[in-house]
Amino acid sequence: MRAQYDKEHFRKHSLPTPFYPRMAELSQDSSWHCWKGYLSADYFENVELEYFAIRNACSVMDLSPMSKYRIRGQDAEAFFDRMVTRDMSKLKPGRVGYSVWCNDQGKVVDDGTIFRFGEHDYRLCAYERQYEWLMISSAGFDVDITDETEGVAALSVQGPTSFAVLSKMGLSGIETLKPFGIVHFPYHGGKLMVSRTGFTGDLGYELWVGGSKALTLWDELFEAGKHYGIRAIGTHALDIARIEAGFIQAGDDFTPANHTIRKDHDRSPFELGLGWLVHLDKPNFTGRRALIREKEKGSRYRLVKLDIDGNKPAHASYIFHGRKKVAGVVTSAVWSPTCKQNIAFASLEVAIDDPLNDLWAEIYYQRELQWNRVWQRCRVHDEPFWSPPRRRATPPGLF
Amino acid sequence: MNKYDAIVIGAGHNGLTNAAYLAKSGLNVLIVERNPYIGGATVSRELYEGWTYTNCSYVSSLLRPEIYRDLNLARHGLQVVPFGGGATLTQSGDYLGSYTNHEVKRREFARHSLHDADAYERFSTDVMRYCRFIRPFLLRTPADPTSFKPKDLSELFFLGKNLYELGEEELYEFIRFFTMSVAEFLDQYFESELVKAALSGSGLIGTALGPYSPGTAYVLLHHYMGDIDGNVGAWGFARGGMGSLAKALAGALQEHGGELRTDAPVAQIRVRNGRTKGVVLESGEEIDAPIVVSNLDAKRTFLKIMDQKDLPDEVVERAQNFKIKGSSGKLNIALDGLPEFPQFPVGCPLIKGDLHITENFEQLERAYDDWKNGTWSKWPYVDMMIPTLTDPTMAPPGKHMMSVFVQYCPAKLADGDWTPDKREAFGQTVIDAIATFSPNFKDLILHTEVRTPHEIEAEVGLTAGNIFQGDLSFDQLMFNRPFPGYAQYRGPVKGMYMCGSTTHPGGGVMAAPGANAAREILADLGRENITPEDFGDD
Ligand SMILES: Cc1cc2nc3c(=O)[nH]c(=O)nc-3n(C[C@H](O)[C@H](O)[C@H](O)COP(=O)(O)OP(=O)(O)OC[C@H]3O[C@@H](n4cnc5c(N)ncnc54)[C@H](O)[C@@H]3O)c2cc1C
Repeated sequence: MRAQYDKEHFRKHSLPTPFYPRMAELSQDSSWHCWKGYLSADYFENVELEYFAIRNACSVMDLSPMSKYRIRGQDAEAFFDRMVTRDMSKLKPGRVGYSVWCNDQGKVVDDGTIFRFGEHDYRLCAYERQYEWLMISSAGFDVDITDETEGVAALSVQGPTSFAVLSKMGLSGIETLKPFGIVHFPYHGGKLMVSRTGFTGDLGYELWVGGSKALTLWDELFEAGKHYGIRAIGTHALDIARIEAGFIQAGDDFTPANHTIRKDHDRSPFELGLGWLVHLDKPNFTGRRALIREKEKGSRYRLVKLDIDGNKPAHASYIFHGRKKVAGVVTSAVWSPTCKQNIAFASLEVAIDDPLNDLWAEIYYQRELQWNRVWQRCRVHDEPFWSPPRRRATPPGLF
Repeated sequence: MNKYDAIVIGAGHNGLTNAAYLAKSGLNVLIVERNPYIGGATVSRELYEGWTYTNCSYVSSLLRPEIYRDLNLARHGLQVVPFGGGATLTQSGDYLGSYTNHEVKRREFARHSLHDADAYERFSTDVMRYCRFIRPFLLRTPADPTSFKPKDLSELFFLGKNLYELGEEELYEFIRFFTMSVAEFLDQYFESELVKAALSGSGLIGTALGPYSPGTAYVLLHHYMGDIDGNVGAWGFARGGMGSLAKALAGALQEHGGELRTDAPVAQIRVRNGRTKGVVLESGEEIDAPIVVSNLDAKRTFLKIMDQKDLPDEVVERAQNFKIKGSSGKLNIALDGLPEFPQFPVGCPLIKGDLHITENFEQLERAYDDWKNGTWSKWPYVDMMIPTLTDPTMAPPGKHMMSVFVQYCPAKLADGDWTPDKREAFGQTVIDAIATFSPNFKDLILHTEVRTPHEIEAEVGLTAGNIFQGDLSFDQLMFNRPFPGYAQYRGPVKGMYMCGSTTHPGGGVMAAPGANAAREILADLGRENITPEDFGDD
């Protein structure tokens, strides 16, 4: 398969997504970064205001750069069941499942969401590009794999008024949509798919349309949302929300196994706190043997959520046992505006006799160009830092 | 004065590096060079007024940054400037370009194969794993695996530790890698013929083997393991041509009081009672020194400038059997303007990098077949560059210089010796091939220097014109380079050493052999080691 670029594609490093014309109007500082070859907003106006749109009203983020693959065929379920760690026979048509997939060494290649449209029809949304991995994994299975990244535009609509906005848009029946459910609507001669999914840990949806309907969708959504505090957000605001929600991010909290050059820089699902996704009772999936061995012999690392004293975010801090022995490093950290807590994820080296009750963060922070250092006590937090009941309520509330 | 602490024979970049370190340590050093100019295969000369040619080597990546820094080469005038771009052109008017931006590069691959665009990530990761394995060995002396000396044992331990660090799975792969062909290696990742052909070039450069020949996968790695400013695998131009690298090294040598004599070909290394005494020049002049270091390849060193009676039979035999096949030629062309390559869109940056015209393994293998048949390739592999698009010093403004590295070109022709007519015919074959892609190319040519292995041997003194001073095959690497038992830079005669690319870690403009040899010499003299250590973990 070839992609449909012509020789001129080199003129801009990052390509605009179908929503770019609207986003460019809103972007106050033209602050963009490259997300897998597409322009993605860092923020539009103000990170704090955008963050509070997620937790207080309705936020809209362009998800189009996400790598998207369509997998169709007789063996599609069997194929997924072989590739990912989760038991895929449990994922029914009309449902979405989050999973990871591993290499033969039981190390995480990537994580993503699997949308089951029909008996033999799926979509995979992944952080990394997975076309080659899907080709390798599909040997012997009757499946057809196409890259839909370019053709499918997507918006993430998240926040307490998100349901009200979609209802106002006329998406009737959406009130019965449960978390991880999918519904389809006819849309201006095309189709609109809505899934109750997201990366914020809040009430929210993701909207998927063909690229040609993207601007119509944007306009209708913002028109519907104008009395509900709707606001376009960039990735900076999302990053705060996903840490509060306890979601790890490939590339931040772990390096995908196909990109690690140094030994022991990869991570297994157990080492990322994702053991609940690993169904060892499945007869066969990639990495199973190695993961069984790891279960027996123990893991090298564990990823923990930390509640850290004080208010200085522990960006890239070392974590110590008893302020003496290095225990690991912080992979993501933020001050949580909703929980009013100083939160972080840390990857700790596992040693059996190390208790988790005497962890300390060595935090460097800057004031007027001067660096200061503080030691702060850390407590391991088992649950997500933020998980409001509205996240699961069906039918959802209007705000 | 006719007596020195050490004499280095040959002012190639390794001879210069070696001499600079010996001088820096306080020794009284003389370097004697056969040619009227220095640099060996790292040389720039003005053969057409106003144009500087980079006559042999033309791009830099392998040069050890530790040496660059340690010898103050920047202060002595060296600047290595990275270039962007590069492409493999196809006869259908398309190409596979190599862009510096990751995403653009990926889209360019995806234009030919979506699969290969992703696979390139996996390929790069694997190659980087191997590079990371090999790089720490570049500034180390190979262990002698048969020795029980503490130093050898600790080197072997270091090797073992690094192999372990690769991880179990990678270890298997790595061992397979050393005996694989570049075609087999690339087949593990890619489906597009063009992608594979484009990436295989690094496995063939300077090597008398085809894409399907075992051993070429390592040659690819040899061309990826360098860096510019920590950017592993990146290549650049030495501003002013590669000769400025030799000049900077000579500057460092002179800063430390070393002496340099050109037009001083050595006839023989003098040996008395199993000890080195010095050298005798072709002029008959004798110069004394208890230490003599040869920058020449192993064949030349032992068979040309040493008396075989002074050597163990084993060394003579190994030198006779040393694999040093010639396969490369070079054209340096003065151009009246910029050649057009209409397949590139206007403003496309790819022309600033290395351009190639072989688009599949079959063409490459056929090109190699011609070499086996004792003639130059009818449709050659070329590594063609226009340094003047990056370096403003090499030609007058608006004019250009093109450097074309060519394979395959044999050292010996099936129909007898090289003659000037045959050399011109070889050059014409290359020019005709390039002209099929560039309509105005021929009209722009003002002057061409054509070098076959014959000229490279005659002018640079590389046996058979082999650019690496000896094939980079597994049996001639690490503790087997140049021969088993002689891989620690010491020759078979007391006081005699080797410092050229013929020793570990091999060919290319790296300066590592020269520095490594200096470290061993200083150790034998009981002097402090002043050669730099690896920067570590890039
Ligand atoms: C055409 C060509 C292109 C290349 N391209 C590249 C490239 O782009 N990048 C790269 O990294 N590498 C390249 N290489 C390889 C690289 O240039 C060589 O491997 C490296 O320069 C060898 O350096 P050296 O110091 O070991 O030996 P040499 O450069 O061979 O130096 C040996 C010196 O000894 C002198 N000498 C020989 N006999 C005598 C004698 N009897 N008495 C006194 N002096 C003597 C010679 O004149 C010469 O100066 C290329 C080589 C060639 C030939």
